[in-house]
Amino acid sequence: MSLDDLYRRVIMDHYQKPRNKGKMENDAVSVELNNPTCGDKIYLQMRVEDGKIVDAKFTGEGCSISMASASMMTEAVKGLTEDESLKLVDLFSRMMLGEEVDVDQFPLEDIEALTGVAKFPARIKCATLAWKALEKGLGDNHSKEA
Amino acid sequence: MNRFHQDFPILKQEVNGSPLVYLDSSATSQKPAQVIDAIDAYYKQINSNVHRGVHTLGTMATDAYEGAREKVRALIHARTTKEIIFNRGTTTGINLVARSYAAAKLTADDEILLTPAEHHSNLIPWQQAAKSSGAQLKYFELEPDGSLDLAKAKKMITSRTKVIAINHVSNVMGTIHPLKELAKLVHAHGGVIAVDGAQSVPHLKVDVQDLDVDFYTFSGHKMFGPTGIGVLYGKEALLDQMEPVEFGGEMIDHVDLYESTWKELPWKFEGGTPIIAGAIGLGAAIDYINSIGIEVIEKHDLEISQYAYDQLASHIEGISLYGPKQGRMGMVTFNLGDVHPHDVATVLDAEGIAVRAGHHCCQPLMRWLNVSATARASFHIYNDESDIDRLIKGLQKTKEYFGHVFR
Ligand SMILES: Cc1ncc(COP(=O)(O)O)c(C=O)c1O
Repeated sequence: MSLDDLYRRVIMDHYQKPRNKGKMENDAVSVELNNPTCGDKIYLQMRVEDGKIVDAKFTGEGCSISMASASMMTEAVKGLTEDESLKLVDLFSRMMLGEEVDVDQFPLEDIEALTGVAKFPARIKCATLAWKALEKGLGDNHSKEA
Repeated sequence: MNRFHQDFPILKQEVNGSPLVYLDSSATSQKPAQVIDAIDAYYKQINSNVHRGVHTLGTMATDAYEGAREKVRALIHARTTKEIIFNRGTTTGINLVARSYAAAKLTADDEILLTPAEHHSNLIPWQQAAKSSGAQLKYFELEPDGSLDLAKAKKMITSRTKVIAINHVSNVMGTIHPLKELAKLVHAHGGVIAVDGAQSVPHLKVDVQDLDVDFYTFSGHKMFGPTGIGVLYGKEALLDQMEPVEFGGEMIDHVDLYESTWKELPWKFEGGTPIIAGAIGLGAAIDYINSIGIEVIEKHDLEISQYAYDQLASHIEGISLYGPKQGRMGMVTFNLGDVHPHDVATVLDAEGIAVRAGHHCCQPLMRWLNVSATARASFHIYNDESDIDRLIKGLQKTKEYFGHVFR
């Protein structure tokens, strides 16, 4: 277990300079999610048009891993359809379970840097928070439309 | 390593390649061999159900279980074992008081007084009691260092105050609250004081009669005992008026098809097969505490907390420390500049140092402190200055590490 497996440079870069951080007006979908065991929080907003995520922004409080993961996730899903996004959620959670996944399927290369989190069981929930928010947001959006 | 360290088998191991430094005793303390052996011996030699049947082992188990109750009574100086109810822990004890006592006594005109520094376990049960009775929750104002100003507190306590629900020692700041004075004030207005003693009984002498508190709850696992056992102390006169909240075997006197009556105290609150091994383990933990002396533990735990506070304040530049500068019991809580406490805890863990990071089940207190989370190092009798020195080194390393990756 080496700390450098966890705190890769790209991760720290996203943590320090989060992409898509902020709030959005006229959002179609917004979702707030907490990690009740540690207090991390994310507020995710997305604009979904014709089944496509055209914009995503987040604010939140949390550790380097949770915030970097949120930054990467919002980058990755912009321009994807809802189905494509949900496939990424699945891919990401399998990666966190330590499965060998094809990281090339992520539209953002940086996400591969989070593979090391799988070796730190106590931190997996930090990494998955934003992705859970994404899944919940899209799910809520569907039940609203239905 | 001090002379108590060797009593704790778990501490003799390496974690992530370094000797373990356990600084999370406020979450749960480690267990000495004496306690582990007592539980082992119970299961190997006398395991039986209690208060049933006439066979020899059953009698031995009953004697051991009730013997543990007497040890608890003596530890907290209760008047009689009728006032000592075994249960699952602090959370369960507070829930019983909030449901059973409060349900019968509270009305919409009443107030429940708390501090913003309560553990969720001493907050949510009262929120629920307030909802069901219409009573109002009110909060004492805390001083900037997290302590309570008695003069200000006094103004809050009125004839509407039916319950003060307060921790004896805060599990975030280590603040020790003036229970005796609060008890006097609330009694003068006809109310009661219910105390969350989860962080006090493990570290300091508690005399419930001297404090004159009405209810007092604590958990075995934070005082060298096993998980799954806890204690509710209540004044006999109050417990007598209260209805059980759990019904079933063990707690009944006479059962008819349509009506039943309850056993006398304390058993009317102990429905079902009790936590026999847990109580016996707790009894062994109390023997262990007595073999050291609670005064010795109290002095040690105050001193090591002060040492930690002073060392952190003077050696770690940019650290934020929360709570009182002096008189803190058992812990230091801090943040390391911009580094999130989870990240601090992960780097320390890689060095074999176990600390807690997060909101410590005190979300309202985190808001009061204006932080989203903190790191906490907490101590017990097996910790000494060398552990604090390792913590300081670990934190210096954390700063270096994040200084490095941030660059
Ligand atoms: C102050 C305080 N109250 C209540 C509790 C809850 O104790 P338990 O989880 O053993 O019921 C704790 C333990 O974390 C605590 O520190």
